[in-house]
Amino acid sequence: MRHRILFLLLTLSIVALSAPVAAADEGNCFSCHNEWEEGKDTPSKRWPADIHKDAGLTCSDCHGGDPSLDDMDAVRASKGYRGAPKATEIPGFCGRCHGDAAYMNKYNPSLPIDQWEKYKTSMHGMRLAKGDVKAATCISCHSVHNIAPANTPTSTVYAINIPKTCAACHANAAYMAGYNIPTDQYDKFAKSVHGVALLEKEDIGAPACNDCHGNHGALPPGIDDISAVCGLCHAKNAMLFDQSPHKQAFQEQNLPQCETCHSNHDIIKPMDAMIGTGPESLCSNCHSQGDGDKGYATAQAVSVMLDSLVKTEQKATDVIARAEQKGMSVTDQLFALKDVHSTLIESRTLIHSFTLEKIKPELDKGIQLGAAVYQQGLEILGEYSFRRTGLGVATILITFVALLIWLKIRRIER
Amino acid sequence: MPSIKSVGLRLFDWVDDRVQIKALVDYMAHKSVPRHDHEIWYYFGGLSLFFFIIQVCSGILLLLYYRPGADSAYESVQFIISKVQFGWLIRAIHSWSANLMILAVVIHMFSVFFTRAYRKPREITWLTGMGLLGLVLFFGFSGYLLPWNELAFFATKVGTGMAGVVPLAGGFLMKLLRGSDEVTGATITRFFGFHVAVLPALFTAVLTVHLLLVQRQGMSEPESWESRPESQKRRMPFFPNFLLRDLLVWLIALNVLAILAVFFPYGIGPLHWDLGLKADPFSSPPAHIRPEWYFMFMFQSLKFLPAKILLVDGEVVGIIGFGLAGVFWTLIPFFDRTTEKGRRKRLYAYTGLVAVMFVLVMTFLGYILD
Amino acid sequence: MQNDTLKRRSFLNYLLGGGVIAVLAAIGFPIYKYLKPPKIPEAAESQVTAGTLAELQAAEGRYKIFRFGRKPGIVVLMPNNEIRAFSASCTHLDCIVQYRPDLNVLWCPCHNGKYDLTGRNISGPPPRPLEQWVAHYDKASDNIFVSKGEGA
Repeated sequence: MRHRILFLLLTLSIVALSAPVAAADEGNCFSCHNEWEEGKDTPSKRWPADIHKDAGLTCSDCHGGDPSLDDMDAVRASKGYRGAPKATEIPGFCGRCHGDAAYMNKYNPSLPIDQWEKYKTSMHGMRLAKGDVKAATCISCHSVHNIAPANTPTSTVYAINIPKTCAACHANAAYMAGYNIPTDQYDKFAKSVHGVALLEKEDIGAPACNDCHGNHGALPPGIDDISAVCGLCHAKNAMLFDQSPHKQAFQEQNLPQCETCHSNHDIIKPMDAMIGTGPESLCSNCHSQGDGDKGYATAQAVSVMLDSLVKTEQKATDVIARAEQKGMSVTDQLFALKDVHSTLIESRTLIHSFTLEKIKPELDKGIQLGAAVYQQGLEILGEYSFRRTGLGVATILITFVALLIWLKIRRIER
Repeated sequence: MPSIKSVGLRLFDWVDDRVQIKALVDYMAHKSVPRHDHEIWYYFGGLSLFFFIIQVCSGILLLLYYRPGADSAYESVQFIISKVQFGWLIRAIHSWSANLMILAVVIHMFSVFFTRAYRKPREITWLTGMGLLGLVLFFGFSGYLLPWNELAFFATKVGTGMAGVVPLAGGFLMKLLRGSDEVTGATITRFFGFHVAVLPALFTAVLTVHLLLVQRQGMSEPESWESRPESQKRRMPFFPNFLLRDLLVWLIALNVLAILAVFFPYGIGPLHWDLGLKADPFSSPPAHIRPEWYFMFMFQSLKFLPAKILLVDGEVVGIIGFGLAGVFWTLIPFFDRTTEKGRRKRLYAYTGLVAVMFVLVMTFLGYILD
Repeated sequence: MQNDTLKRRSFLNYLLGGGVIAVLAAIGFPIYKYLKPPKIPEAAESQVTAGTLAELQAAEGRYKIFRFGRKPGIVVLMPNNEIRAFSASCTHLDCIVQYRPDLNVLWCPCHNGKYDLTGRNISGPPPRPLEQWVAHYDKASDNIFVSKGEGA
């Protein structure tokens, strides 16, 4: 009982604090709609979860009309009544407040006010402007009447939920019919390294759709923008690529930058076989032996060295694991193996310079380091067998002396 | 030029002239050891002594590099086993020898118990022996914490916590052990002090009395000899016959120790002491917190006790119970005084058997019910 | 005959003496080796030497990666010549961060994560701040000492 009173007081105080203006005039719209609307998923039923409610807004702040009137028809006839917007009216309906700096400052000064402007430049916005009511509007992504901010895990625009939100339309072949774009992006993305990180590992640092395509100004990235977009996270790769001979070559041949090798929605974890001249190599898509540039030779050289580094690391790891299994102390070597591994990662990054002189030093460093660890591993294994030999010698000696003592005892007691 | 032998003899004479060693040698040669079917038990005292000597030597060696303290204990042990040449061996020997010593001491104690060697006139020898057993267990308990790893930390937390349950003195006892309210760096300082100063001093003092008594009174003869005529008692001289045998046993023990230390430097099965992770007072305890094997029977019995026994905490009852049992066991020479064949004598033998069975079963259960 | 027994007895004694000496040597050898302090100085892991100030001043990028136990650390010479130390493994996927004097941030090259010079994650994927450690400069030896706790 005491708990209930306490809870009630708490709830009341929260309501009183957060919505000082709301209480009085919400009553007339909300009480009737709440009573008459049937089902669980209606505007009035959704409303308690909406951020606008927390901000102290009421129905009439968006839909207009005079909430103090009792009669619905009178409300509809009252000044400023806007009712429910048509699809084409929605951006303006929201933008009326969200594009007004002075107004938004009262609620959340840090929130941008350019969503409507951006939307007009987006594919969605341009289509809507042409009267295509199937194009996404604000509420297609943000939902309506239960709008939650993007940093709330239940929100439709929370990082982990965004792919599902976009897929609601973009993966629906029937809905997308006539637009002439694929509908398999979600399936591809879900399997990609980004999708796995975001959806399975729930790493909100991993990119969702909007991180590459933009959100309010969503457009497919153009050919030259790709490395800039990917470079937001893969900064070093992008920087190396920009300085590489591929930059100009790709531009000339109208090839998209990162995408040409890594594809787009279904980016998988890159493999070392992608470089080189083997059957899985991507280099040989363009380069061939004796075609007059350094491409083929570079690919081959890097591939050989990379392979050697991977094998060296593997060998060193194996020998250290064997030593560790035998109970030897290998803390230092395990630490050095981390260094070897980071040279491997660094080398794989440096591949994006597509210049042998830049890649080779790092690969050499890793191979040397790995070989040193391997050598230490062998020494540790040697130390292990030295221990066994030493023990053998000591055991034989002790047993020998024990035998002599036994003989001595027998001699004395004879 | 005089031979080595003659130099040695002259040196002996020189010393003997001043401190009369010959008398000691004569005394030892004069002393004899009874020979019979159960004479094997005589070697366990000497074996315990051997392991003690190993512990002192390897302990001093470890001291050269060990640095007590929450920030340095774990690191210095890691340093010993990974950086110092043969450091791994010294630590392995110290750990193995500690366990084998406790085993030898326990066997020694039970053999004395079951042969009733504590009867008059050897009551004081038994009392000092029980004192040594207690000290050995405390040695083990205090040494276990010193590497300051996760396992030791939580075992010590539980162990010192049990001391806290002791009625009346518990709170004081626990603080005395921990050096603060919790197991912290202060506890290492204390345990280190106990392990390398307090306990060795006490142990050496009590051991001296124990050995002097043994030398003074000689080995206890089996009870069956009491009715035998002197002619039917076989004996061997203590020096050199018994001493050589002792030496033989020590060499075998050394061999076993070396093999165990090289092949299993971090122990085997439930008996292990790999360094593992450094103790972190804020981490949650690992899944299996176990005491050392020689405390297992107590740990397991306390787990079996219900939460409340007649309004008193089960744990308190258990600890008082073990305390009383320990006192009773220590004072057994004064209860078991009847020498005439009778029920009383057999009663103590059965009590001993029940105790051994209890310890074995509880230890066994402790390891399988996990 | 008696002479023979005597001879055999003394032979056994010599053998025994030799054997005991050999066993003592076998015990003594590891002890002798153990007594020699290893070349590597004792690791006081509560505090490590991250390098010298001269080294840091000479370093390209005014930072240095050092080893703290099993973890990598980074010491940074800030524009105001203050020295700060942090854990160097990025909280995103464990890459080693570096100092970018041009941006005055700690930067992770793997996914462009950025931390300010209190270790706070300010941009990119890192989910948590970097742990800041205590750096202490000793003028006499020119050494920079790093410890985890306060003071040192």
